[in-house]
Amino acid sequence: MASFKPTKIQVYPKLGEKVTQDTLYWKNYKAPVQIKEFGAVTSIDFSPVTPHNFAVTAFTRIHIYGPFSQEPVKSFTRFKDTAYCGRFRSDGQLLVAGCEDSVVRLFDVSGKVALRLFKGHTKAVHLTDFTSDRYQILTGSDDYTCRLWDIPNATELTTYTEHADYIRCGVTSKLNRDLFITGSYDHTVKLFDARVEKSVITMDHGQPVESVLLYPSEGLLVSAGGRHVKVWDLLKGGQPLVSLKNHHKTVTSLALSSNGQRLLSASLDRHVKVYNTTNYKVVHNFDYAASILSLGLAPDDASIVVGMTNSILSIKHRKNQEDSKEVAGQQRRRPSYRVFVKGKNYVPKQDDYLVSKPVKEHLAKYDKQLQRFNVSKALDTALGTYIRFRKPEITVAVIKELDRRGTLKNALAGRDERGLSQLLNFIIGNLVDARFTPVLVTAAEMILDIYQSVIGQSPVVDRQLLRLQDLVKREIEFQKDLLEVLGMLDTMFASSLPRKEVPCSGIGRSNGLTQGEPSTSKPQLQVT
Amino acid sequence: MVEHGDIRVVHCGGSKINFRDPVITHDSRFLLCASGEAVKVFSTSTEECIHELRGHTGLVTGVLLRPSNHLQVYSSSLDGTLRLWDFTDGILIKTCVIGYPIYSFYASAKHENVIFIVASMPSDKRAERFQLVAVHLPQSGDQMVEAQELSAVLSGVNPNPAAIAFGRGGEFIASVNDLQLEVYFFKKQKSFRFFLKEDNKKGGWNTFTCVACHPKDDCIATGHEDGKIRLWRNFNHNKEYTYSTLHWHHSAVSSLCFTPEGTNLLSGGVESVLIQWRYNQESERDFLPRLGGAITHITVSPDGSLFCTSHSDNKITIIQSCVKVSAVIQGLVKGDSIRTDLMMDPRSKALVLNGKPGHLQFYSLQRDKLLYNLDIVQQEYIHESGLQQFEVVKAAFDASGSWLATVEERHQKVAELELNLKLWAFDEQTQSFVLNTTISAPHDAQITAMCFCQATDSQTTLLVSTSKDGHFKAWQLAAPAHTEDEGPSWLCDFVSAYHGLVPECCSFSADGSLLAVAFQEVVTVWSPSTWELLTTLSQPPGAVSDLCFGRLSCSKYLLGTTASNLLCWNLLTCSLEWTTSMDVRRLVADPLSENMAAFCYQSGSTDLFVFKPSEPRPLFSHKAVCSGKVTQAVFAPREEMLESCKESRQWLNRSQLYFLTQQMDLMTFTTKAEEDRLLASSKQLVIDDSVAMTPFYLLLGKHRQQQLEHQDSDSSLWAERTALPQTSASMKELLQTPAHVLPSTSYLCSMFVQSLLISVSDAREEKAHAEEEMESEKEEEDSEEEMESSRSKPELAAAAATESDTPALTKAQARELRRVRKLDHSWLAGLLDS
Repeated sequence: MASFKPTKIQVYPKLGEKVTQDTLYWKNYKAPVQIKEFGAVTSIDFSPVTPHNFAVTAFTRIHIYGPFSQEPVKSFTRFKDTAYCGRFRSDGQLLVAGCEDSVVRLFDVSGKVALRLFKGHTKAVHLTDFTSDRYQILTGSDDYTCRLWDIPNATELTTYTEHADYIRCGVTSKLNRDLFITGSYDHTVKLFDARVEKSVITMDHGQPVESVLLYPSEGLLVSAGGRHVKVWDLLKGGQPLVSLKNHHKTVTSLALSSNGQRLLSASLDRHVKVYNTTNYKVVHNFDYAASILSLGLAPDDASIVVGMTNSILSIKHRKNQEDSKEVAGQQRRRPSYRVFVKGKNYVPKQDDYLVSKPVKEHLAKYDKQLQRFNVSKALDTALGTYIRFRKPEITVAVIKELDRRGTLKNALAGRDERGLSQLLNFIIGNLVDARFTPVLVTAAEMILDIYQSVIGQSPVVDRQLLRLQDLVKREIEFQKDLLEVLGMLDTMFASSLPRKEVPCSGIGRSNGLTQGEPSTSKPQLQVT
Repeated sequence: MVEHGDIRVVHCGGSKINFRDPVITHDSRFLLCASGEAVKVFSTSTEECIHELRGHTGLVTGVLLRPSNHLQVYSSSLDGTLRLWDFTDGILIKTCVIGYPIYSFYASAKHENVIFIVASMPSDKRAERFQLVAVHLPQSGDQMVEAQELSAVLSGVNPNPAAIAFGRGGEFIASVNDLQLEVYFFKKQKSFRFFLKEDNKKGGWNTFTCVACHPKDDCIATGHEDGKIRLWRNFNHNKEYTYSTLHWHHSAVSSLCFTPEGTNLLSGGVESVLIQWRYNQESERDFLPRLGGAITHITVSPDGSLFCTSHSDNKITIIQSCVKVSAVIQGLVKGDSIRTDLMMDPRSKALVLNGKPGHLQFYSLQRDKLLYNLDIVQQEYIHESGLQQFEVVKAAFDASGSWLATVEERHQKVAELELNLKLWAFDEQTQSFVLNTTISAPHDAQITAMCFCQATDSQTTLLVSTSKDGHFKAWQLAAPAHTEDEGPSWLCDFVSAYHGLVPECCSFSADGSLLAVAFQEVVTVWSPSTWELLTTLSQPPGAVSDLCFGRLSCSKYLLGTTASNLLCWNLLTCSLEWTTSMDVRRLVADPLSENMAAFCYQSGSTDLFVFKPSEPRPLFSHKAVCSGKVTQAVFAPREEMLESCKESRQWLNRSQLYFLTQQMDLMTFTTKAEEDRLLASSKQLVIDDSVAMTPFYLLLGKHRQQQLEHQDSDSSLWAERTALPQTSASMKELLQTPAHVLPSTSYLCSMFVQSLLISVSDAREEKAHAEEEMESEKEEEDSEEEMESSRSKPELAAAAATESDTPALTKAQARELRRVRKLDHSWLAGLLDS
């Protein structure tokens, strides 16, 4: 005796984005916290020491935010003009920032007034950074020069004048105190060595360079400029490795996820893209409201901070996974559970004779009704609010099953106004879904057949029927248009395909069919 | 054309076991049922067929236990005889010739030596008129008796065996026909008739379908066309009869049965639900749903402990009285039509075809047993006539048997065609097929053909399906796009059409390098690696209906059939090699040789031609294989090769040809030698199933068997020596070896004569004989050396083939055997006796 076979719920291929591990990882952030700054946010820098505060440079101020506060922990306001590039030292004690007025200021994170002022640049300073020995400062300016300063004396050590345009970005090596890299609007990225007083490697990016980034190993360098993101191999003397062109506007900022597996790029096109650093494929994409100028990623990817041109700072915090785990742990501790699992984890001995317990089959509610041939009730169950809205494929599968059993008419008939309008609502909502159309068209036709005698008695149902009519009309128009487009495409493909003569045997001479070439088309079906 | 007398067309397995109601013996150990021209005895516990009672020459129409002896059974047949058997040993006891074809028969303990048969009487001029006739069986010891005393009891009865039943242990007999119930009382010699109106108000049909009588009470239960069961009482008056109605079935009740004590009534119908009604408490009933096909018969064992139901899908279910299925005896399921082709599962070597609705059945030809049913549709089957269900219409295996592709379709009058292409992967762990991919609506219209790339070494598996929508599609196994836990699935790889013509069939070459698709009159040849159209072949008029590539040495040939011609193209020259005019309905290629078999339909019957594409002359032809068309056939590889060396029989050496006739009979071709061997082996295999296989039995039984064997062996030793001593080995060899490789006749003559002589166990003579033989052996060796050069290849091949298990021995062995046989074994016998 076979058991009842439950209704087969068709599994439809998921269209659009495929769910990958990356998608899950990068979607696991809370809703963003939005903070209005005084002007466009040009730079975001995370403090290397816990609690990983971050400095946000916007207009004439630098705000320092704590990891969870929405109010600035600290702010530096003593700038005469727009501030640029606030950066922490590796011990998190000092902060340096450039300014439009060409003065570089050094702050103590706990203080308010600048400790040192570095004067010497003639134009705005867009790049400031500490060297890895913590005693020197690198600056780059719009006067085409970059300089090294000594912090204790506030004196200029060296000036490099190799760039031919504004220097807007740069980075110092974390491993070697003498190495630093600058990117300039003259399309080049240069690696300098303080010991030889000139650039060691020059790389041509091809566009004005907006941002550079060093891998933690410092063997690879990433530069962003124009629409391109390029990866260079420094150990091979600056050989280009990959060129990525995934944005459609200038890429403004780069960041590396904490484990170095993913690279993030932010652009004026309002997107942040996440790349896999092994194959440099885009694995995820964030959308923002405005053009992005700066991007920061907290250690362990705990939060993503994005600064935009509309002076909004958006902070996304990672969802805490411990919360959900704790809830599960509490449940496990309940005594009823222990009673429930009693004997379940008993491992039978080798010579034990196992008596298997008959497995009780669990059937869905609609299946139970179907098993008893209660067709109307089965349809009612399948039209329940949750199933109807969340899982329309189940409702459609039940309708299909009823149709297969030849009892769909019985199930649809005998409904009151509420029931009918509910049914019609469902049909209107799902009729034009290509996955459900074949099934629902039959059902809709049956409903019209059954209830044609009562049309005009209920304003609600009549309105819905009119809506249905409109819907069908519109859909037919769409289909017509689509067919037209298809026809156009066919002619285009046919003319672009090379004509090839097929050798045919001599026997087929009498038959005109053997001449010509077959119409070939590449796969269009996607099946799961 | 050559006819070969020694190759026969025989029925092969899968006979119907649900034709008539089965019988359970008194001890509930055996179940007997009519199956074709034999009665099969099954064990109710092991489901195995223990033996077949063969002897009837017509269809067996009924089986009944003899009321006076519960170890004997009667069987009736359309050949006009009643036979009495001892079913435990399978011995025919008596044959009673009636002279009329018997449609059904009844017996009752009250009427000793009287059998009631339903026969169509030739005296009646009208087309079909059946009578219930009482036959008095003559009391004589002869094996063959002729029944003389016939007396008609009722006329105008229904030939359906369910339509007549004895009541109250044989006091009366109830018969239903159409709208009439007739009850005949034997004592009073009087019959009462009750009529029902043709149509009652609610539009049901009142036609009677079956009848059953209560064993103790005066109550008759009748089943009706509209699903009602009526319980008739007080029917020994014409007027004052009463009846009550039970209604559960929604369509015709096909069988009714009371339990022996009369406490329960069992009913079944097309719904495939067995219902147990409590007698006198009809509101209480037990159900046993989803038994399989529609229930055709219900019987109860004489002690009431077992029920059994036969089903329309050639199945007998044995049910314990607590309404629990205990065993299922399943035969080859034969529906009305087999939509899929006959196929061989490359793994299990089982025949695969449509089984139960929505299933594929795997049928072992060697063991004549259904291995398992594979549920393709995976939907609840609704037992209702006139309902359009999903049907499996196409199926295909790949070369290694690791993939199975099936197509199911449901065709409704109003709605669109529903099509599903399913791909099943063989799971090593569960040893069955597991659904891998479902492609709904793979084509817009019906799929006309489907085939896998048969190349065994190819890395990727390729499936091609052709459809009436004018396209053919190639499907390929693709790795998942993302590194997720789901395994590989099938994707469409290529879609193509040719001038909007409808492709009818497709075929891959044996190495998988070419694909031929026939678009009506044009055969297109494609390269599956690049999907390039290589060439087109055409030979009008007539659409190509079947395509087949040659194999092995004939792989350069492509064969096609049209309505009037069999065509053979040479693919190297792209030209027609030869053509013959015949209406080939089915073309099958032997996977193990170059041979092809073509079934041609000619004037009402089908002829078979077996040929090689390279040779214009057929290897074998058989006129009128069967009547009607043959559209399904398959070559099944043999488990062990035959060693037949005759040219006309060689095609059967490596594989066997099976085909389905229009009447859904599975037929095959056998050679004489093979049949003999089968017969011999079946004789050896007598199973003593009467004793249960307990560990104790195994221990004791083995011991006893050995003892028996000892006795047998020493007695047979003597018997053998007095009989012809050397019939087996050397004689057979002598007769079977082709004449041109034998030594000279003069030499053989003496050997032959010697072999016929009865050897005497005289020591002296034996000595002389041994000396003589020594000489002859020398001679033999000499001559053998001479012969060596003249020995040709076929002999070697034959020798190689014989090695398997045939009694033929090498010369040296035969000589050894001869010497052994001449020794005196009497000392051994003495030893054993002591």
